This record gives sequence, structure tokens and C-alpha cells, in this order.
Amino acid sequence: MQLTNDPLLTENRQNLSPQWHPPKALTKLDAAERKRLQDKARELRAQIVEVTYTCGGSHIGGSLSQHDILVALYYRYLNIDPSRPHWDQRDRFVLSKGHGGVGHAVILADKGYFDPQLLMDFNKTGSPFGMHLDRLKVPGVDCSTGSLGHGFPLAVGIALGARVQGHKYRTYCVLGDGECHEGAVWEAAMAAGHYKATNLTAFVDRNKLCMDGPTEKVMALEPLDRKFECFGWRVLKIDGHDFDQICDAVDTALAETGRPVMIIANTIKGKGVDFMENKTAWHYGGLDAEMRAKALESIQRS
Amino acid sequence: MAKAEGLTWTVDDADHMTQAEIYGEVLTQLALKNEKIVAMTADLATSTKIGKFQAKIPERFFDFGIAEANMVAVASGIAETGLIPVISTFAVFASLRAAEFVRTDLCYQKRNVKIIGTHSGTSFGQAGTTHHCTEDLAVMRSFANMVVIAPADARETAKAVEAVLGWDGPCYIRIGRGFEPPLHKDLDFDFEIGKAIELRDGHDVTVIACGVTVLHAMEAAARAAANGVSVRVLDMHTIKPIDEAAVLKAVADTRRIITAEDHSVVGGLGSAVADVIARSGKGCAFRKLGYQDEFSIVGYPEDLLHHYKIDADGILEAIAEVVRAEFEQDENWEDED
Repeated sequence: MQLTNDPLLTENRQNLSPQWHPPKALTKLDAAERKRLQDKARELRAQIVEVTYTCGGSHIGGSLSQHDILVALYYRYLNIDPSRPHWDQRDRFVLSKGHGGVGHAVILADKGYFDPQLLMDFNKTGSPFGMHLDRLKVPGVDCSTGSLGHGFPLAVGIALGARVQGHKYRTYCVLGDGECHEGAVWEAAMAAGHYKATNLTAFVDRNKLCMDGPTEKVMALEPLDRKFECFGWRVLKIDGHDFDQICDAVDTALAETGRPVMIIANTIKGKGVDFMENKTAWHYGGLDAEMRAKALESIQRS
Repeated sequence: MAKAEGLTWTVDDADHMTQAEIYGEVLTQLALKNEKIVAMTADLATSTKIGKFQAKIPERFFDFGIAEANMVAVASGIAETGLIPVISTFAVFASLRAAEFVRTDLCYQKRNVKIIGTHSGTSFGQAGTTHHCTEDLAVMRSFANMVVIAPADARETAKAVEAVLGWDGPCYIRIGRGFEPPLHKDLDFDFEIGKAIELRDGHDVTVIACGVTVLHAMEAAARAAANGVSVRVLDMHTIKPIDEAAVLKAVADTRRIITAEDHSVVGGLGSAVADVIARSGKGCAFRKLGYQDEFSIVGYPEDLLHHYKIDADGILEAIAEVVRAEFEQDENWEDED
């Protein structure tokens, strides 16, 4: 891609959504923008706690660790239109770590894809919402994920399909680190590297924990960065809770024309709720009234 | 008579092309007319004959190397962008290695993706069990939203490819290695997904077959006729959705049914037909020909069909046995018509 094809330049985007606020090309966040993202992240973290409390339990740890990445994407980068969830020129987002669905759903509700009240029925029989979001039931979900190792190749497919047709939309994908144990993740990485799928930008939510304990004790992943590099990716490593670093990394990815970019985001499972932070046990859990109050109070302080 | 639209090759060409070559040719021609068709394989472009597509339309062809699970999921993603992927690989890898991806990324998400599984059954005889596939019909049948077709010959394959491209949803077509003899002499026959083709009428016994066994069933029927046995032959190319009406008519008209398939007797055509017969509540003698819940051995494909009694000899033997069989009656049994 030549510089004149820079997707950040407004004239190169097709059919801009009225909801899209184009970031100034490759500039840093100013104080106001940073605060906007941080406030939104805090507000929606509280929502994740509320839904978890109401529905009896959720994958809250991973929803909180991935959260700031998703907030940056949905509130600064994704060219989407909630009133047209099937608009064929929209940017795509694939949550390959599909168990983070409760965190994704909260954002989609806030963006206006559906009535937020529906979240109160999360997990109930017949509800469109369960642990893993169904694209045929929840507006705003581009791919149904849940079984690990599927979302990433799905995202690679979207990127390739877009390129075959000359479409200019971008695809973003968030993987879990434990998910990187799955062979399909590496098949997809190899294919994306081989086909230079530069219109795909992926993240690993590197909270260093999987269900049975620390990833490095269960099935070691390091050096994870070198693995992706060997598969043909450019790898960036960031603090996944720092909006400046997240946005710098995405800006870099959008301008990178040689290889697809993998952003390894070092995160904390349960981030924002002090008693959950870095605890394997909070991969999945429920909250009683007292814990809900403590969680909300911790989020307010964060 | 229905014609396969969009095909520019002639009947004469078909005689010189194998089953796999025809499907490759048909797919290429349909893709030249429809820009949404994209083809892909897992390092099997030459073996599965989708190399024709690669040569003619390289910008819409992807080789994903020896990684079938990824290929199926990627196809699902490509379908999200509005294109129609057609995947081509060996039946064993499409249905077993990539099974979860077929189920979760194609069937559960209702993606418009077509899979052509080649080298099915024991058509890859010399390659041995690891490359045979006697379970694909059972596996694919078990997935909701999947259409499962086993065409009898090259011309039927051409029609099947066209038919699935006109169907909105995941479809699986399984063929052999490509050297199976022709059943149809031309394209003057109707092909409709879910509708069996009655190749031969009869009233003593019905043979319901699919794929390579159909031609054998016809030969067995001709030889049985010489012995005064009237055999109906149904080409049940669509295993799912199965033509229930045709099966029920065979039950009512003949009361004796034999199924034949280059597949295990567990879960494939035979099981699908048994399902219909049992639910009908009607008495019917029934035999399933196929691999009897066993793994297949190495051998030349023609020899294997004979070894496992799914060739004309095997079908004829079953016909002779079934025609002599009595219905088992107990005092509470009543034959309803």
C-alpha cells in the first residue's frame, strides 16, 4: 500500500459512518481524548460488574483484562454504524477469546446496537446472550466465537475476503494468551503472514493466566513475541491498560504495509477490581451484593 | 429436460474427463460467471483437480497449505464478506480433521460455504486407512444446517456443484478419486437436492444406493431381472435432506430395501434410510451394505468394493437373500397398508 492509500486519511475511506470520529492521522492522544476513553472504560467496567451480579456469574476476569483494548477500538477506531449492523463496508471486530463476551456485550449495548435492558436477561433460557455471543442473535457481533482458536482464522478470512474485493475496511481481532496453545492459532498466523494480511490487526490479551494457573506453568508460551515474528508478523508490545500505548500501537499497525501487526498487550486479569486482579480463580465467577459493592467501589477508585 | 446452465463444455468432453476433472471444470466456468465464487485447497490443488480454477482465476484462489482446520475457519470469514468459498480437499480431512470448524464455523453460523471432499470411501485404495474415509457421511449428517450429497458419477457431480452454488448455506459433496465409470450418458436428467432419482422401477425389492455403488446397483438389478426378480434402483444422491417420500414409497411398493454405499453402515445412507423405515411403523425387510463397522484395508478400489460386498456381486447376493426372507411375525404384529 502506498502512503496515499493511508486508511486514516478521510478521503480514502468509503462511506464513512456518521458515528465515526476520525482520529487525527498518527497523532498522540490529547488530554481530553485520553480522559474520554478512561471515563468510558470506567463506566463500562461498572456495567460488566452489574451484569455479572445480575446473571449469576461471568468470565469477568478476562472481560476486565481485555476491556481497555476494546474501549480504544470501539470508541476511537472502528468505522461502524450501530443502526446498520450488516453494513457491508463496516470495520469488523472478532473476539477470538469469545468467553470475553460479557465485556463485548456491554460495549455493544452502550454503542446502541440493542436495548441495554436486554443484558439483564443474560444467561437466561431463550436470551440472546450467553457466555459466548451468537452473531445470529446479537446485533454487532460479526462472528460467533467461544471455542478457542476459531476467531483468529475467521478474522484472517475476513481480511482476505475484503482484499479480494478491494474493500477498504479493517479487521481487528483479540486473542487470549492461553488461546495461543491451540494449533489453529498458528495455522492462521502462518496464513496471515504468508498472504501478508495487513488489513488485519490483532491483539493478544496477555494476562498471563489460563484456567489451571499461570500460562508459563501450564504450557509455556514465551517467547511469544518471537513466535509471531517468525510467522511473518510485526510484533508490538504494550501495557494493555495504557490508552496512549494502545492507540500508538494501533496507529502504527494502520500505517504498516509490509506485515500484519500483532500487538501483545500485557494486561492484568480482573483489572479494575482490586480483589480480582491477577487471580486465576476469577476467570469465571459470580458476585453477591457485598462483593458487587466492593467491586464498584474499587472501579470508581481506579 | 433440465440442463446444467452455464456450462460450455460438451457431453463429448465429459467422456474424457474424470469425476474430479469435471467438477474442477464446472466450478471454474461457474466462477467465471459469478465473481463471488472463491476456491481454496490445502496443498491438494493437483490431486483434487481444483488446479484448473487456480490456473484460470488465480486472484480468487487460495492454497492454505496442509492446514485444513484453518482453511475451513478462514472460509467462514471469507463468507462473511459476501463471497462464496468452495473448499476442496480429501474427504477424511474435510470431515474429520476439520470437523469442529465445519460444525461451529460453517453450520452453526450458517455460512454459505461449499466443501468438496474427494477420495472418499476407499477410492484411494492403495493409500490405506489413514487416507480412506468411511465416516464422512455420518459426521456431516450429524451437523444441523448441512446438506450432504454423494453424486453417482461425473455428470451428476457437475449438476451437484451447480445445485449447491444455488443453495444458501453449508453443503458437502463427496466424490471418489475421479476414475469412476460414468452412470449417465448425457446431462438430460433432472437433479434436485433432496430428490432421489429413480433409475429403474421394480416391485420385488428396492436398492437405495449413492455414489460409486449406484452403477453397481444397476448392474445387479439387470442380472437379477434375468432371474425374474424385479428390482427398483434409487440413486439417493442427497443423504441429507434424505428423500423420505421415495423411501416410504419403496417400503409400500416393495417391502424390501437394501442400501449400498462406499461408507460405513454406521451413520451414513443406510442409517438415514433405516431412520425413515423405522419411523414409518411399517414392516420392511432391510439390509445395509457398506463397511461393517470396521476399518478398510489397502487394495485397488475395484477390488475393495468387491471385498466388502458393495459391488454388483455383493448387491446381487444381498438381493437374493432379501427376496427369500420372510417377515418375522408375532401374534401382535399387523401389516398395515
